[in-house]
Amino acid sequence: MPKTEYDVIIVGAGGHGLATAYYLAKEHGISNVAVLEKGWLGGGNTGRNTTIVRSNYLLNENANFYEHSMKLWESLSQELNYNVMFSQRGVLNLAHSDAEMDSFSRRGNAMRFNGIDAELLMRDQIQSMVPYLDCSMSTRYPIFGGLLQRRAGTARHDAVAWGYARAADARGIDIVQNCEVVGIRVENGAIAGVDTSRGFIRAKKIGIAVAGNSSRLAAMAGIRLPIESHVLQAMVTEPLKPIIHTVVTSGASHVYINQTDKGEVLFGGDLDNYNSYAQRGNLPRIEHVVQSVLTLFPILSRVRLMRTWGGVVDMSMDGSPIIDRLPVAGLYLNGGWCYGGFKATPGSGWCFAYTIARDELHLLNTGFRLDRFFKGELLDEKGGGPFPNHH
Amino acid sequence: MLLIRCPWCGERAEVEFKYLGDATVTRPASDDSDEAWYDFVYTRDNPRGEHVEWWHHTAGCRRWIRVRRNTWTHEVLGSEPANAKQGD
Repeated sequence: MPKTEYDVIIVGAGGHGLATAYYLAKEHGISNVAVLEKGWLGGGNTGRNTTIVRSNYLLNENANFYEHSMKLWESLSQELNYNVMFSQRGVLNLAHSDAEMDSFSRRGNAMRFNGIDAELLMRDQIQSMVPYLDCSMSTRYPIFGGLLQRRAGTARHDAVAWGYARAADARGIDIVQNCEVVGIRVENGAIAGVDTSRGFIRAKKIGIAVAGNSSRLAAMAGIRLPIESHVLQAMVTEPLKPIIHTVVTSGASHVYINQTDKGEVLFGGDLDNYNSYAQRGNLPRIEHVVQSVLTLFPILSRVRLMRTWGGVVDMSMDGSPIIDRLPVAGLYLNGGWCYGGFKATPGSGWCFAYTIARDELHLLNTGFRLDRFFKGELLDEKGGGPFPNHH
Repeated sequence: MLLIRCPWCGERAEVEFKYLGDATVTRPASDDSDEAWYDFVYTRDNPRGEHVEWWHHTAGCRRWIRVRRNTWTHEVLGSEPANAKQGD
């Protein structure tokens, strides 16, 4: 059972919430903390993503934040004494036109100016690196080249949640499963605590880390966010011998592919594109993703799809996340992760802990403040405009 | 597969439609406050449950329609022409 009062309550025991609790204890000496979870540990998007870790961003604010996260990934197994199976197998973005090559060279140069590794590859280099990729000119979207980040890769998503949970627990933090927050109590303009399915729990500070459901939690405190919830699907094939040794993505055909350590080929695509809180999607998107995979890897045409699933993601209005204080004293938000929350896990927890402990932004999450929308200082990596399903 | 009832064409598959989003936000006057414009452009109620939203019958009659749909169950609850007065 939870205690009746905590210094800090984190809502959501996914990777982000658990990492936040861990860094609150480790970096800031705050261990009178509870992490409340409506379901089970790591049962939301932490266990539903396609496990890709990268920091190949164009904009400085994103690049610096995700590169900080990448550096935490590089020593995370040692840090937690738990094997998170971080595998720097490289992430390769495919370009399908000269214009896309120009855009990739610009992004690659921006990354290198920010101290992040990036290599622009020509088609023959890609063909030798990924032999089963169709690099011929007769395919629907011929491959012109690509942008490679070798230090990027994948990690075992469940292990990240379990590793942070064990490390947080060892520092005295309470992790309470099957405890749903149903209300946020505000007294005299400041946070008093949360009403939960296990009763009222008093807290000085509350951090929301429930991406997918951020709007619902913020609404409990009367706050409306620049976020829509959408369902994003992923799927795996039956296990195969190792044939794809890196992460391959294609923006033109809307797909990202890697092969898991179990041998399954794991891939995902775009949103189903309409507001959804259902953790399942529909067949047209699955069909589209599979077609894209087969365009790139015709060798997979006879392989059977084993499972598909969906997760509910916070789609923010500029495609970038929010790690900031909310307009109620003692209330903090970590959300708006769109497609990309998993890779952010260590950096997100690290920055969110800093912001909760000190009630101020760290330089690394200054760009992720909530008032950027009002002030017109958006972080719109793709220039998609204020349409959440375009990011 | 969502089946969406177009007021002109009847029940059609979701692949014939394009989605725009929340149909309850209304455009402020050009001289309205920055806060009103911020809410119109950026913030949304984003409910888990009934949601009123714009769909365009792109691969059909190419008309805009206003659809009521449950975002948790995906049940389509009703639809009407975009220019219908709400509540009619």
